[in-house]
Amino acid sequence: MTTATPTVGVGAQATEPTTRGARVRKRLNSRTATLVSIVIAVLWTIPTFGLFISSIRPENEIKTTGWWTFFSNPQITLENYQEVLFSRGSSGQLASYFINSLAITIPSVLFPLAFASLAAYALAWMNFKGRDWVYIGIFALQIVPLQMALVPLLRFFSTGVTVAGVQIMPAWDLVDEQKFAQVWFAHTCFALPFAVFLLHNFISQLPGDLMEAARVDGATHPKIFRTIVLPLITPALAAFGIFQFLWVWNDLLVALIFAGGGDETAPMTVRLAELAGTRGNEWQRLTAGAFVSIVVPLVVFLSLQRFFVRGLLAGSVKG
Amino acid sequence: MEFDFAAEQPKFLMLMYGLIAFVAVVGGLLLLLDVVPSFFARRREAQLVAASASGAPLPRRRKQGEGAFAFFFLLPTLLLLAIGLVVPAIRTTLLSFMDSGSNDWVGLDNYRWMFAEDSIVRVLINTLIWVLLVPLVATGFGLIYAVLVDKARFEAVAKSLIFLPMAISFVGASIIWKFVYAYRGEGDQIGLLNQIVVSLGGEPKQWLLDSPLNTFLLIVIMVWIQAGFAMVVLSAAIKAIPADIVEAARLDGTTPWQMFWRITMPSIRPALIVVVVTLSIATLKVFDIVRTATNGNYDTNVIATEMYNQAFRYQENGQGSALAVFLFILVIPIVIYQIRNLRKQREG
Amino acid sequence: MAFARSRQALAVAGVLGLALGVAACGTGNDKKSGNAGSAECGAYEKYEGHDGKKVTIYSSIRDIEDERLQQSWKEFEDCTGIEIDHEGSGEFEAQLPVRVDGGNAPDLAFIPQPGLLKRFVDAGKLKPVGADTKAMAEQNYSADWLKYSTVNGQLYGAPLGSNVKSFVWYSPKTFKEKGWTVPTTWDDMIKLSDQIAASGTKPWCAGIESGDATGWPATDWIEDVLLRTGGPDVYDKWTTHEIPFNDPQVADALNRAGTILKNEKYVNGGFGGVKSIATTSFQEGGTPITAGKCALHRQASFYANQWPQGTKVAEDGDVFAFYFPAIDPSKGKPVLGGGEFVGAFADRPEVQAVQTYLASGEYANSRAKIGDWVSANKKLDLNNVPNPVDKLSVGILQDEKTVFRFDGSDLMPAAVGAGTFWKGMVAWINGKDTTAVLNDIEGSWK
Repeated sequence: MTTATPTVGVGAQATEPTTRGARVRKRLNSRTATLVSIVIAVLWTIPTFGLFISSIRPENEIKTTGWWTFFSNPQITLENYQEVLFSRGSSGQLASYFINSLAITIPSVLFPLAFASLAAYALAWMNFKGRDWVYIGIFALQIVPLQMALVPLLRFFSTGVTVAGVQIMPAWDLVDEQKFAQVWFAHTCFALPFAVFLLHNFISQLPGDLMEAARVDGATHPKIFRTIVLPLITPALAAFGIFQFLWVWNDLLVALIFAGGGDETAPMTVRLAELAGTRGNEWQRLTAGAFVSIVVPLVVFLSLQRFFVRGLLAGSVKG
Repeated sequence: MEFDFAAEQPKFLMLMYGLIAFVAVVGGLLLLLDVVPSFFARRREAQLVAASASGAPLPRRRKQGEGAFAFFFLLPTLLLLAIGLVVPAIRTTLLSFMDSGSNDWVGLDNYRWMFAEDSIVRVLINTLIWVLLVPLVATGFGLIYAVLVDKARFEAVAKSLIFLPMAISFVGASIIWKFVYAYRGEGDQIGLLNQIVVSLGGEPKQWLLDSPLNTFLLIVIMVWIQAGFAMVVLSAAIKAIPADIVEAARLDGTTPWQMFWRITMPSIRPALIVVVVTLSIATLKVFDIVRTATNGNYDTNVIATEMYNQAFRYQENGQGSALAVFLFILVIPIVIYQIRNLRKQREG
Repeated sequence: MAFARSRQALAVAGVLGLALGVAACGTGNDKKSGNAGSAECGAYEKYEGHDGKKVTIYSSIRDIEDERLQQSWKEFEDCTGIEIDHEGSGEFEAQLPVRVDGGNAPDLAFIPQPGLLKRFVDAGKLKPVGADTKAMAEQNYSADWLKYSTVNGQLYGAPLGSNVKSFVWYSPKTFKEKGWTVPTTWDDMIKLSDQIAASGTKPWCAGIESGDATGWPATDWIEDVLLRTGGPDVYDKWTTHEIPFNDPQVADALNRAGTILKNEKYVNGGFGGVKSIATTSFQEGGTPITAGKCALHRQASFYANQWPQGTKVAEDGDVFAFYFPAIDPSKGKPVLGGGEFVGAFADRPEVQAVQTYLASGEYANSRAKIGDWVSANKKLDLNNVPNPVDKLSVGILQDEKTVFRFDGSDLMPAAVGAGTFWKGMVAWINGKDTTAVLNDIEGSWK
């Protein structure tokens, strides 16, 4: 650590009575760094920006000219949004599907979060035979394509489990909004391998002396899990929460199979997918539809982002 | 024109049931594990008193208790995984040895078909290109960006911009990029890429037709989506680097470059592995990008897309399952790497 | 902290506001009440006795066409008290097998591929139609149509909607201005193409890109040409694999189609060269006609919905279609088309009642009146068909001279008809030669 020769800049900085954060910022954000980050940000934003411009252009313009001609020939219309938000399909309107999306997504995020953090804790900090193999097994299950799981899982719900002619589990026989339970179940199954993998990596990085100290104090595993581990892995929980939220919110396949496409249960993606019409002739509506569906995930991301603030982890370890 | 809220009520009720079930299951489990062991602890204490009186040994007890604990912690996860993924994985493997209608056993026919297909070699090469490039490039961009905007003035906004594509579904993203690559032989271009080429004096091109360039153009879509994932996880890891380490390095007069390689990189190594491994697996499984953009035409096919087409579009369950099993096999190197990692972690 | 929380609350309020805003503009629920016995319900008498029962239907029909569908059987629902629960999905072909195999089949499904229908019959999932439905179907549809849903002598579903694919779209307005005439023979059509090409415009435009179904418009092209060069017998043998896919007659048809589709002088008006056909979406394929950049576009009757807003589709309007001419008119009038069949996965009496009703003339007329729909139902009254292209289509379907054949790619096994055939056509457009393409497809047909 002592091999580095201090540069003039660092020397000058050290004498400055600024906050630590400001100093770090000054170091990393040289002019090139700013430039590079702006270039990346612009590159990443342009396609979405183009989509946004398209969404406020009239149908004929979208279909015949590029979105950049908007700047030389601005024609604004909210028709696309109006069609997406207020056109009433025979199968109901967007608000209904919006509620379905919420009802599907919230439990589908909470269940895997809880189950996976419990499992990850056990796999990282409990001593039992074969735990590494259990962990590797769960990890490897990530590769199973969920498409291959659709038919067996659907059968599990609709006919139950029969082993050698004996019904050991009855069919679920759910109707209408009760089918949400099937979707929660399916999403939770499919999310667990990744969730356990991600959370295990964070939990196993926690300092061992902390756990040891708690054990010595006589804390049980559930207590350690609740009072020490959970607060420490908040950033990881937030990160996984965001991904799972996005995945479920944007999912079309699982919802179509386990909830059906009616307005009692189908999420927004189902409605948005059918907006283009049977033969796709109304695809200009998709531009507005895409933006309507992005709003909620973005709000979730922005509100969960504060969990990533610096020192959350480091601070609690010290305390 | 009114909205019938009464019709929506059952949904909220159902959502409430779901949340109640959640609290009951998770809370109940924790409570159970809290109460029962303390009951046993008290009994054990009593036994201990009795044992110390009689002088019998009791060292093995504790370990057993830990195993039982772990079992209950793992129970929900293992149960769900068994139903939702283990059974389907076994079923898929069995189906891969059966015919298209899953009626008769055909031995290795489906695997023979797989390697007899001329196009399969192309599919394998493409999958390899995908799985090598996507994790590397997406992680690279995510890492650079996470480091660059860390503690910058508009950090939240800057991160949201990169994260934005994550909020769009794979299908939606592919449609957006198809517009970027769109081609018009006459008149105005409506695709951005061709417009740039034309305004620079070049000839417009049909980007998605030419192999192998088209595969790289499709990979761009995946990178565009997944860089946000890498950025979020790595950013969380960077923020978790203990302040005192950074402070100490700073007092030593480390340059930003040295800081990155000596402090940041080693500290976020576990997170980096998580990102690369996750992206590799996600890339192996990706199918909607290729399906939406080219449907595997023009030599752009990958295994997962072909698997989906075989099993769901063509009703060739056997062949689709064989391709899925092949995916299982491809993930083995990653699993082995993970085992070695775990061993190292245990030793170190 | 408090600030952050209130900001969050604000965001949530914003989202809820959006939801409420949407909510405020919705329409009320339409509660049904059985009003059997009233005058207009007389026609539904034979379907009565299932009040309060529910029948689920699954199809690929969605959005506006879904609305029309619901409207078409509204009276039936009101009178009989049967509730029809229809669900349309763009993933229909992939999802239906999953639902059926998963033990969660719909009561009825509108299946557009006889090949898929046969798969469900072979798996023992589809129920043969009841006696009423059978009588109704035989009364209203020709044997030509019913044979596509007949497996091993058993009828498994009556046809519903149909479409005519043997159409060439053109602009009557432009034709009038330039003094071109609508060709009635193949040779005339080629002469016209040459004439247009000589005037500096590429005569033909085409687009076969269609997401994960890319290639299907080209397969229609080939089938239509084969039906003309080889005749219906060769066509039937080809779709049932009695002759190999790469039979010389098929190669002839492909090459003949190539004289238009792979002719740089003829295509691709408004888009570029031959290869641009592969990347032009099917939805946009014919639109250059309205801009005068192309004159002819071979596509089915349902292309009427793809024209830009404000385009008049009529014999004296901006665009219209003419019959894709026969090569040898003495052999009759070959017509390629498609349609869907109403298959039943349940045989409850109310399901059979709905299945019978959908095969009836009453239903066909009820649906046709709402617009944008064609059927081969013999009871369909031409006066009930509002739109000119649909009128033309129904006229062709009911014409005695018509030799109708179903879209071949829907008859073949899905791995060929929705797989290698589509992909082969894409490769063919992209420069691969006829023999290699046909050999590849033949190799994939097991």
